Amino acid sequence: MIEWFTTVQIVVAIVAGLLCLVLGLAGRTPADLTMGSLVLVEVLLVVQLVIAIIAPFAGNPPTGDLVEYYIYLISALLIPPAAIVWGLVDRSRWSTVVLGVAALAIAVMVYRMQEIWLHQVA
Amino acid sequence: MSSPTPATPTPAPRESAAGPSAGTPSRRSLGVGRVLIAVYAVLALGATARSVYQIITEFDKAPLAFSLSAVSGVVYILATVALLRSGRTWYRIAWITISFELLGVLVVGTLSVVSPDLFRAASVWSLYGSGYGYIPLVLPILGMIWLYRRRSSPDLQPAKV
Repeated sequence: MIEWFTTVQIVVAIVAGLLCLVLGLAGRTPADLTMGSLVLVEVLLVVQLVIAIIAPFAGNPPTGDLVEYYIYLISALLIPPAAIVWGLVDRSRWSTVVLGVAALAIAVMVYRMQEIWLHQVA
Repeated sequence: MSSPTPATPTPAPRESAAGPSAGTPSRRSLGVGRVLIAVYAVLALGATARSVYQIITEFDKAPLAFSLSAVSGVVYILATVALLRSGRTWYRIAWITISFELLGVLVVGTLSVVSPDLFRAASVWSLYGSGYGYIPLVLPILGMIWLYRRRSSPDLQPAKV
């Protein structure tokens, strides 16, 4: 795991989450900006997955449990697509709020993943 | 809540007649309910994923806590589905599952404070769900409020009893 990348990922997810929450509560239906922010969150998760696969072979093993890390990562990977599909199907402002909730959930999960990789003692 | 109508480029046919967010109160509560369902779905995923992990890696360490995690995961999934579906039966299942969750978080939360040995390993409900931002404690209450407000919803009326 690359610490600065993970930090960027958490910041992006929080910003995307707050953006979608605010725009959703202000009555906006899902649009390119809000849906796009979730696509960005998902792309960063895929990059995180690639990093996670390579890192242990590049002398960067997790201190914690790799299985737990992957369960978080795989669960996280499922959430943005689900929220985006939701936003495409249900075109109400609450879908924008749902996008925000999803992004904030990702922020929490990535934070937990970072703890597992960097600080947790197996 | 006012909404900037011109700034919404996306066509929203169902709502465009009265403006993007000018739904009736019942529509609005239905909308808020969707957010509730989304949060339930995330919690269902979290609880289930955690229990799968715990059961495959360290079931022997704390069978009680991990079995409970698994049960809570299944109940969250059932509650999510029940909230999504319409009709009296699902409405009743939603009440049962959400009540079970509230009971679970209160009982397990209290036990984990009073006798930590019993729940040395964390479950979703330990310490009233503190590991999950107390969402497991707050969510059933919000769910009950939402269900209560939906009690006169049209899809719940036709059948007698």
